[in-house]
Amino acid sequence: MNTAVDTTQMGKVEFSPLQLEAIRLLIARYPQPLSALLPVLHMAQEHFGYLPMNVQQLVADTLNISLMQVREVVTFYTMFREHETGKYRLEVCTNAGCMLNGAYELLDHMCDTLGIKVGETTADGLFTITEVECAGACGGAPVVQVNNIYHEKVSAGDMDTLITEVRGKKLGGAA
Amino acid sequence: MIASDPSKVTAICFDRIHIPGQNTLAVAQKNGAYAFLPTVLNEFDSPKIISEVKTSGLRGRGGAGFPTGMKWSFVPRNTGKPTYLLCNADEGEPGTFKDRDIMRFDPHLLIEGMIMSGFALGVRDAYIYIRGEFLHEANVLDAAVKEAYEANLLGQRILGSSFSMNLTVHRGAGAYICGEETALIESLEGRAGRPRFKPPFPAVEGFYRSPTVVNNVETLCTIPAILAHGGEWHSKIGVPNSAGMKIFSVSGNVNKAGNYEVPMGTPLRVLVEQYCGGLQHGDVPKVIIPGGSSTPWLGAEHYDIPLAYDEVHKAGSMLGSGAVIILDETADPIALTRRLAHFYAHESCGQCTPCREGTGWLERVMLRLEAGQCNEQDLVVLKEASQHMAGRTICALADGAAAPILSLLKMFPDAVRSYLAENKA
Ligand SMILES: Cc1cc2nc3c(=O)[nH]c(=O)nc-3n(C[C@H](O)[C@H](O)[C@H](O)COP(=O)(O)O)c2cc1C
Ligand code: SF4
Ligand code: FES
Repeated sequence: MNTAVDTTQMGKVEFSPLQLEAIRLLIARYPQPLSALLPVLHMAQEHFGYLPMNVQQLVADTLNISLMQVREVVTFYTMFREHETGKYRLEVCTNAGCMLNGAYELLDHMCDTLGIKVGETTADGLFTITEVECAGACGGAPVVQVNNIYHEKVSAGDMDTLITEVRGKKLGGAA
Repeated sequence: MIASDPSKVTAICFDRIHIPGQNTLAVAQKNGAYAFLPTVLNEFDSPKIISEVKTSGLRGRGGAGFPTGMKWSFVPRNTGKPTYLLCNADEGEPGTFKDRDIMRFDPHLLIEGMIMSGFALGVRDAYIYIRGEFLHEANVLDAAVKEAYEANLLGQRILGSSFSMNLTVHRGAGAYICGEETALIESLEGRAGRPRFKPPFPAVEGFYRSPTVVNNVETLCTIPAILAHGGEWHSKIGVPNSAGMKIFSVSGNVNKAGNYEVPMGTPLRVLVEQYCGGLQHGDVPKVIIPGGSSTPWLGAEHYDIPLAYDEVHKAGSMLGSGAVIILDETADPIALTRRLAHFYAHESCGQCTPCREGTGWLERVMLRLEAGQCNEQDLVVLKEASQHMAGRTICALADGAAAPILSLLKMFPDAVRSYLAENKA
């Protein structure tokens, strides 16, 4: 998913002709081009991995709007990330339904296992743990999203398995 | 198949949800999707549809319970501006998870509901605003929309009729407030989701200042059944003033949390014991949150309450989106309140001072209370701050933030006092 692209805050970044064509089609679906801002930001984040300033500038230039307009939106919505995260984002819901079904115990277990606190990334750059609000899947509490994929009724063992598999892959193991 | 005898109806929105492959057009059509659409497009007109929806007694399933037919009749005609239809699929209220199941398992039901609703309202462009986290559901919807275009169920001159409508799936990006209809509109216009003052209401001045109808997923998914069977038929399901079936999302301390579609007026105890496999511990709930985290709590004495708008209102709460959160005897209401206080402080859009400052205050006091660092005076602050927030802001988020705090203080005064500093030393 995270293609290797130079995403230093200063480097120049571009959309491919294919992406520009997709953006043109997106804009055509709305009464005004500004409506395409969220979809284009999603697209940019998917491609560049996160939204550093140079990518935000690129989005502003592509939609012909000010950098301020982009910044305002990027900072308002929690799914837009201005900083690099681990390759696997473990987003643990701790809201009502999940909390009542052991989400905090699960979160603590994950933090202990990975040796990091909520909001931090492991030294090998593989995992970031965050605590998120109700994921809209409370019937499957506790819920953990791993890079936008929902995992429901998650146990501490499930997370251990996922972590071991990811680490096995990294070391070239047959995970 | 939905029964034509209203007393025998077992499901409306979830009628075809368990059929494998129902998300594809071929399977959906084999099971009756779009079957009645040609009749609607060729033989019905806008006044007839709106009148059927009014007769049906359908009330909005997104939380406020506003009568759908009445909302539609407020849309001015011949303004020279386009009319927009926006489906609210933001589903962010803690406890609510019903729209997700419709969208991932039966996306064509929503598309069909939107075509019929769009036809009634003279809509040319419709949008589904889906919460950003629902990436899978957005992809399922996108695929279904694509199939619908290819089958001329969307686009130009739908099924050879004179009606044309476009439909676009639009992802949000993680902000609870974008479920509030005017914030949703702001967000869809490409801005931060900050609610607008009302009036003007969206029906008159909404998306790009044009007449706009915002309806919840479940609301729109009820329209095909209403038009196929008649408003009268729908009005006979459920109980007076709460017509129809309703999906209840039940979560918390029950054995089988999940979505259950039952007739309005079904007693809560029946829902919990017959559908949800009962409570995890004990015989009666400690707390019942009947309509999502923003609704006031009820106690065990309401375990038999019929789940209908008026009955829940009379008991002092709201049916909301039908998100029932159950706490059993093992749950800690203070910890839950602290967690919800964090939620509202995090999600406040910040433009009204009572909400921005108030939600922050409430969270900080709750954190100190839980840590055993509060005194009697802090409880007064908690209560007064909550009372000062409710009803004094642009949108209802502030009321929602106050609800758990006021409920906790009212229902568990002794437990709260036992947390005060003097009792913790
Ligand atoms: C803070 C807040 C959040 C809301 N979130 C949602 C939501 O996620 N989904 C929804 O359908 N309605 C939500 N609503 C209600 C909408 O503002 C609106 O009433 C609803 O979409 C209308 O559709 P309906 O009449 O079909 O229910 C929310 C309201 C408030 C105040
Ligand atoms: S009440 Fe809160 S969330 Fe609603 S508009 Fe005011 S500050 Fe924003
Ligand atoms: S509370 Fe965790 S998904 Fe709703």
